[in-house]
Amino acid sequence: MDFINAIILLLNYIFVPALTYGSQLALGAIFVTLIYGILRFANFATGDMMSFGTMAAILFTWYFQSLGVSLGVLPTALIAIPFAIIFMIFYMLLTDKFVFKYYRNQKSPPVQLAMVSIGVMFVTQAVVRIIIGPSDRRFFDGEKFIIKAGEFKEITGLNEGLAIKSTQILTILVTLILVSTLFWFLNKTKTGKSMKAYSDNEDLALLSGIDPKKIVMITWIIAGILATIGGTLYGLDKSFKPFTYFNNMLPIFAAAIVGGIGNPFGAFLGGYVIAFSEILLTYAYKKFFIYVLPESMEPDGLVQLLSTDYKFAVSFSILVIVLLYRPSGIFKGKVL
Amino acid sequence: MRKNLNVIAAYSIMMGLIILVGIFQSWNIALSIFNLCLISAVMTMGANIQWGYAGLINFGIMGYTALGGLAAVLISVNPVQEAWSAGGSNILFSLFLIIGMVLAVRYVLKKYDKSKLRTYIIATIIISGIILVRFVSEPGIEAIEEVNPAKTGFLGGFGLPIIFSWIVGAVFAGGLAFIIGKVALGLRADYLAIATLLISEIVIAIIKHEDWLTRGVKNVIGLKRPAPYEVDLQQTDWFINLVEKFNFSKLNLIQDFSERQIALNQLVIEGSSIFVKLCYSGLFLVVVIILLILTQKALYSPWGRMMRAIRDNEEAANAMGKNVVKQHLLIFVLGSAIVGIAGAMLVTQDGLFTPGSYRPMRYTFLIWVMVIVGGSGNNFGAILGGFAVWFLWIEAAPIALFVINITTSGLADNHFLKQHLIESVPYFRFLIMGIGLLLIMRYRPKGILPEKIEIK
Repeated sequence: MDFINAIILLLNYIFVPALTYGSQLALGAIFVTLIYGILRFANFATGDMMSFGTMAAILFTWYFQSLGVSLGVLPTALIAIPFAIIFMIFYMLLTDKFVFKYYRNQKSPPVQLAMVSIGVMFVTQAVVRIIIGPSDRRFFDGEKFIIKAGEFKEITGLNEGLAIKSTQILTILVTLILVSTLFWFLNKTKTGKSMKAYSDNEDLALLSGIDPKKIVMITWIIAGILATIGGTLYGLDKSFKPFTYFNNMLPIFAAAIVGGIGNPFGAFLGGYVIAFSEILLTYAYKKFFIYVLPESMEPDGLVQLLSTDYKFAVSFSILVIVLLYRPSGIFKGKVL
Repeated sequence: MRKNLNVIAAYSIMMGLIILVGIFQSWNIALSIFNLCLISAVMTMGANIQWGYAGLINFGIMGYTALGGLAAVLISVNPVQEAWSAGGSNILFSLFLIIGMVLAVRYVLKKYDKSKLRTYIIATIIISGIILVRFVSEPGIEAIEEVNPAKTGFLGGFGLPIIFSWIVGAVFAGGLAFIIGKVALGLRADYLAIATLLISEIVIAIIKHEDWLTRGVKNVIGLKRPAPYEVDLQQTDWFINLVEKFNFSKLNLIQDFSERQIALNQLVIEGSSIFVKLCYSGLFLVVVIILLILTQKALYSPWGRMMRAIRDNEEAANAMGKNVVKQHLLIFVLGSAIVGIAGAMLVTQDGLFTPGSYRPMRYTFLIWVMVIVGGSGNNFGAILGGFAVWFLWIEAAPIALFVINITTSGLADNHFLKQHLIESVPYFRFLIMGIGLLLIMRYRPKGILPEKIEIK
């Protein structure tokens, strides 16, 4: 019995949260990796673009709520997402037209494009804060839990409860559907294949008649979908605050690099690698050991490897180790 | 004279703007803007050495700034004897353990060839070392943090004059840059940017949460000053006489003696804070000028030419027998050390150390905007960038308010759009910075004062 309790404990505090957080990171990391693979620069505006998409989703949610539209048990934000995506794609194409296009045509080095993306980061951050303000916002409605800890205890008769929030299941499901569609698109359709070709070798792709304008536009459209959905899911699960989104850029970058930058599947797994290691290393295992070990060997301290304040340190250390031993990432990078 | 005309013109416009602030707002505001402009100028010089001379991207400026600030605390605060006796020995012992660990790893690295076994040995040394250090330091840290937590709760510093911290800050930042450079400098440019950004976040996390060393988010306030205190100045005779002399004509207009005394007191209070700010300006100006002379000399020396050669064509420079890796490391350390000086100067001016206030927007990206806008590779440009961008950063809110009031003048005062815009005035500075950066990068990619190399 104690052993099952211990497993439930780990599921409740490590597995489910890490899977959710990992999915959110994975969506962001695929966004980073796509931009890097096809447009060939590190996009420092990632976090702020995600917060822009989330902001749009929140505004639409409020609008629908004021109309009295709702999905019952599901959050209203789900209806708002498609509209927010259109808004986001429009914004991204606009930035591309007025900012990035010029440097792409000039064949500027990636570093210069990265600097330009910092300019976009400043502007996007300002726009988000001017429109919706810098404060913490929750926009979740509908049924909060699928299983509450108390109910779980009653049903199974265990000491440990397992609480699953509906946003967690929603995040994991949506991520799975989105990512599998994306991989199907990249690997099976003609457009997807031409994107891969363009990422592999630009000149050769141009020679074989691939239209670079179309590729770039589709990349931004996919990026818009990923950024909006990733950001909104994070906001539903935790809360929306522009500053947190800006900071999320760091683990997202770490995930993209760990997975091999330019490789969407690597980025997808990279998100989970970062999320699981952050949570595994900063979790206090005291209760777990109390269940597993006999009473005489119970630990005194929290049995926590690192204090939770060092979450970033974990993702960075993984990054350093990967860069030192496998510079192209766990899955070989730079192939789309 | 003629070829430097644009430099002179740009600097006169900048000084004119600050003087205008002095006339229309107040001299106090103008001087505080000027002081922070000088500090920003030091930071941009550091970043400019790395980016402009050598083409290295360093997005970790925030981390070095914070380390400089930490140096100011560790140098100037008086040591807390109780805390030392409570946990000092544990901390020192862990320090020795860490040094031992590093030496052991180095020994293994040097002695054995690369193999799986070596990797495992190193991993074992590091993991067991960390566990040992935690085991030793934990009781010490707890004891230190329990010593009078409301006031101290940390080890304190050395109790030296705070000016020394400017040098120590440079050493700290340079030391960190050495370690980071050893690990990360081999990376491609954009990887290096991300890696340094992440490292600076870690530095801040450590400073925020290692309370025994820095007091963490409880902040250290009331640091010593290199300049006199306002309260003391207001009671010294020579200062009162000085203020009287300066405002002689104004004071003479007042006939009544007691009224004259009140007016004089008011002037002395205002004058004292301006005087203190002037003292800081003088100190900072000395640092800026020394650094400017040194960096200019370096830029036109054979070493500067070599750095530009490495920047423009790494392979060719390598083929000419220049040690690219070593020079990159050197310039990374030098640039970071200069940023460390700026960090210590900043804390010295504020008189307080608040780890929570270090945010990448303000301390990393804003500095980069300064370098790019001012002109990378040109020291005068970098300093001008520091001045212009900081000036805009502070004055953005009044400018935005002015523009909003004009554009929405047709709307009623309680119109929701107008109210919303006026509430979000502070965020217009991001907008102005972003648009400014994008415009400069598009239409003047080399900055306001572009790099200009002349062989002397």
